[in-house]
Amino acid sequence: MASSDEIDIERVASLARLALSAEEKAEYTKQIGDILRHIEQLKKVDVSAVEPTAHAFPLFNVWREDVPVPSLPVAAALLNAPAQRDHMVSVPKVVE
Amino acid sequence: MASEIHDQTVAELAGRLARRELSSEELVRALLARKDAVDDRVKAFNSLDADSALAEARASDARRSAGQSRGPLDGIPIGLKDVIAVAGQPLTASSRMLANFISPYDATVTVKLRAAGAIPWGRLNLDEFAMGSSTENSAMQTTRNPWDLSRVPGGSSGGSAAALAAGEAVATLGSDTGGSIRQPAAFCGLVGLKPTYGLVSRYGLVAFASSLDQIGPFARTVEDAAIVLGAIAGHDARDSTSFRADVPDYREELKQRRGPWRLGIPKEYFGEGLDPEVAAAVAKAVAYYQGLGCTIKEVSLPHTEYGVGAYYIIATAECSSNLARFDGIRYGHRSKQATDVVDLYFRSRAEGFGPEVKRRIILGTYVLSSGYYDAFYLRAQKVRTLIRQDFLNAFHEVDAILTPTAPTPAFRVGEKAANPLAMYLCDVYTIGVNLAGLPGNSVPCGFTSGGLPVGLQLIGQPFQEAELLAIAQAYERGHDWTARRPAL
Amino acid sequence: MNYEAVIGLEVHVQIRTRSKMFSAVEAGFGREPNTLTDAVVLALPGALPVINKAALDAVIKAGLMLGCRIAPVCKWDRKNYFYPDSPKNYQISQYDQPICLGGQVEIEQPGAARNVMGEHKSIPLTRIHLEEDVGKLNHGTSDSLVDYNRAGTPLMEIVSEPAMHSADEAYAFLTALRAAMVQGGISDCDMEKGQLRCDANISIRPVGESRLGTKVELKNLNSIAFVRDGIEHEIKRQLAVSERGGVIVQETRDYDGQTGVSQSLRSKEMAHDYRYFPDPDLMPVRVDEEWLARIRLDLPEMPFDRQRRFIASYQLPYTSTSVLIWDRELSVFFEETARISGQPAMAANWIINGLLREMGAAGMSLGQCLIRPEHVAELVVLVAGGKLPGPAAKDVFTEVFRTGEKPAAVIAKLGLESTSNSGAELENWCREAIASNPKALADFKSGKDSAINGFKGHVMKSARGRANPQDVDRVLREQLSKL
Repeated sequence: MASSDEIDIERVASLARLALSAEEKAEYTKQIGDILRHIEQLKKVDVSAVEPTAHAFPLFNVWREDVPVPSLPVAAALLNAPAQRDHMVSVPKVVE
Repeated sequence: MASEIHDQTVAELAGRLARRELSSEELVRALLARKDAVDDRVKAFNSLDADSALAEARASDARRSAGQSRGPLDGIPIGLKDVIAVAGQPLTASSRMLANFISPYDATVTVKLRAAGAIPWGRLNLDEFAMGSSTENSAMQTTRNPWDLSRVPGGSSGGSAAALAAGEAVATLGSDTGGSIRQPAAFCGLVGLKPTYGLVSRYGLVAFASSLDQIGPFARTVEDAAIVLGAIAGHDARDSTSFRADVPDYREELKQRRGPWRLGIPKEYFGEGLDPEVAAAVAKAVAYYQGLGCTIKEVSLPHTEYGVGAYYIIATAECSSNLARFDGIRYGHRSKQATDVVDLYFRSRAEGFGPEVKRRIILGTYVLSSGYYDAFYLRAQKVRTLIRQDFLNAFHEVDAILTPTAPTPAFRVGEKAANPLAMYLCDVYTIGVNLAGLPGNSVPCGFTSGGLPVGLQLIGQPFQEAELLAIAQAYERGHDWTARRPAL
Repeated sequence: MNYEAVIGLEVHVQIRTRSKMFSAVEAGFGREPNTLTDAVVLALPGALPVINKAALDAVIKAGLMLGCRIAPVCKWDRKNYFYPDSPKNYQISQYDQPICLGGQVEIEQPGAARNVMGEHKSIPLTRIHLEEDVGKLNHGTSDSLVDYNRAGTPLMEIVSEPAMHSADEAYAFLTALRAAMVQGGISDCDMEKGQLRCDANISIRPVGESRLGTKVELKNLNSIAFVRDGIEHEIKRQLAVSERGGVIVQETRDYDGQTGVSQSLRSKEMAHDYRYFPDPDLMPVRVDEEWLARIRLDLPEMPFDRQRRFIASYQLPYTSTSVLIWDRELSVFFEETARISGQPAMAANWIINGLLREMGAAGMSLGQCLIRPEHVAELVVLVAGGKLPGPAAKDVFTEVFRTGEKPAAVIAKLGLESTSNSGAELENWCREAIASNPKALADFKSGKDSAINGFKGHVMKSARGRANPQDVDRVLREQLSKL
């Protein structure tokens, strides 16, 4: 387990798309360091022969048949859009 | 006091509605009046659409007049945590991010409540995106504990608990990812049930941690909890994690199940950090069960101490991904300062999310990031297996497990706000149940010398809610805690 | 130094289902913007995914057709990245437990000549997994507009091993793969509609070297021709860099098929860190033998298997088979025609030289054509039986193609019935033909039987193609024997 109690806050905040102030960065780095030190104790558990649990009650083959249902009306789909034009969501120009 | 409409149980009100002693419209008006009288102090409601509630009440009364009542919940308002979607109503998750969001669709529980004739009742405050244990993380307001307005109602479903305790609702729904129903129920003197994972559909519940989240009822009595659970439980094809379990008539089941039961006391839940008054109240409850002829057995849940660590890895990892959709593109807060689309993400999310949500997103992003997955997430899922195994082993010997719901009674507003880890450790008794996917029920088991409610947690076997509620009711029947109301 | 290119392809194929991958809303192309959405597609708060069973059936079918191992258990993972066309800002995909493993695509390398079959080669596949498509960005002058209609369309990603060494091989791989997907009914693979998209990983290394060189990812190869051109171009670019003594940098390049130029995509972002983890909203899929057996019943024949069969059982020449095998409907058309007429070689000729020509001229697909195998078979029998001369048969074919009428009816309509063997007209034409060609007469009399063809041509000209060749032959020989 990673023992570093300082996370690379710049990199992580960037992956998470969060702009943080210098104060926030310092605060989160310290607080998350505390939490990670607590989490460190998981290292003590021998999990070598243990299967992970993704779901408490695993099911298989949960699906639906291929039968289409009506779409949301465009107005409802765009009801909460902060900016829209020509029935589409408008965003600042994306440069690819 | 208990004769006031707003103080009555769902079972009593359902009887009065059925006998036509009371109309749904009168009930809704009484609750509106109560809310107007106390909510400026309690601050449980983010919003309430009184007009549509009154319209639905009148529709319910018309059904009843026409002999077409849909059952005990027809005409009963059910308060909804502001993470449960109601078509045409706000869905804020108590976040600035969704301050102006209107849901275009109903959650499955909303659909089911409507089918039972119940009336969606307000949008109840919570810790932002259900992340917290005090409701102080709400971007809207800080809800107060009706038993002591200087204290928190617990969280994250603090609004759902406080509204009910304050008489602004007669039953409510919350969601529970690590204790978010049971802990506020304990803090506010209510019955709060987190069902088995998969019993109640999550479709239309704003996701925090998908593998742990579950919707459940807050009620004044076990019987009320059984009535509401019966209305919302059941398989849903829209939720792939929903279980095809039989949904019995929980209220009828209460009458059938009489014990005596074998009850387990996990020694790991009675160690350091447990408030002596809470410990004493729980010990009395254990003694009471013994008096009923139940077998009390000490059991061991040896991996308990790793629960908080495993929980905060799994829950934050899932939340970091679940909350990625809040980007200010299709809906939600969009920063006015953005220079380009990448900047739009950074600023909208920075402006839209509060500190606790950001903290968890960062932690969750970190534990999933390249090179750390095995050390954190995979390991936490393996520890989760061990924790689950602990419970299943214990259930070879006992029918249910008894623990305190929370280590302390309600704390003061601001008391733990500066120390996230201390706040996380409040969840120590409740998160194991979520990790193992089990049903957990908090029932009132007394008051501290300072007049604060104490909760007893009953942990049941998977999909054995009927049994769990019966065990809870056996205790409830011998005490009058549920009849008490806070002085507001 | 001699270099070889090493190419691996990642091919995305949209699966043709009625509804989307994880939402029940209709899937479709060319609709008004944002008219194929729901809470799941738009990633509204609280929405949850549910698997479309038909997409699983389709990807298993694709896997079986391509010889993949179908995993007994596969699961779903979230690939986390932010982009405006991605509503959840994660894509539901399959990371470490894909549904199909291994497999191969059979390709044919160029032969020694056009009419000689080239060597066949199997390009191994790494895996096939199932995921969901993203929305579409339309770029305006000052903003970009997002249409989520495409978002959530079932998408297969087929990943090849780096096992191709030329643009031609990559082209052959894609052609064979596309044919298989179309013939399996899995996708229409219309690249213009984005139903098949291809990225290529290209590197070069000295011949004999076993390690891979630095790879360049080439994106936006959005037509099969562009795939060949783009790869060709990239190999040349890398060779040129290498010859200059330069270093090839790992990067993603965008190929513009119109201008034939590729450009590095300046990556302002840090290296990708997709933070894959199992999607807690979905349950794993278990595929048992019974399910596989059910799908096996429905597997189409692969094109090269069909080619081998056509050559073996119909004795068709290689060149004919290589035209017929790529289109399942055309192959079925041929086999029907061959069966009814009992003349496979002629049936193949009429389909290749008649039907395909008419289809090309009319710009029609086989499904739109009125002509049926029975029609072609009838024509083949008439021609083979000498009942209809070739030039007239072509006219008849054109008319049958146009109208869908039976050949017999067309022959009657056009008055193309062969003249009767007792016709005085035919007797006259033959006499004229013999009289006007004394050299051929002399040749014939000296024993050169083929000289009779000279008279036949004359008679046919006089008959404007309407004479029955067998009758012509008989009458000419009668007259010649009397001379």
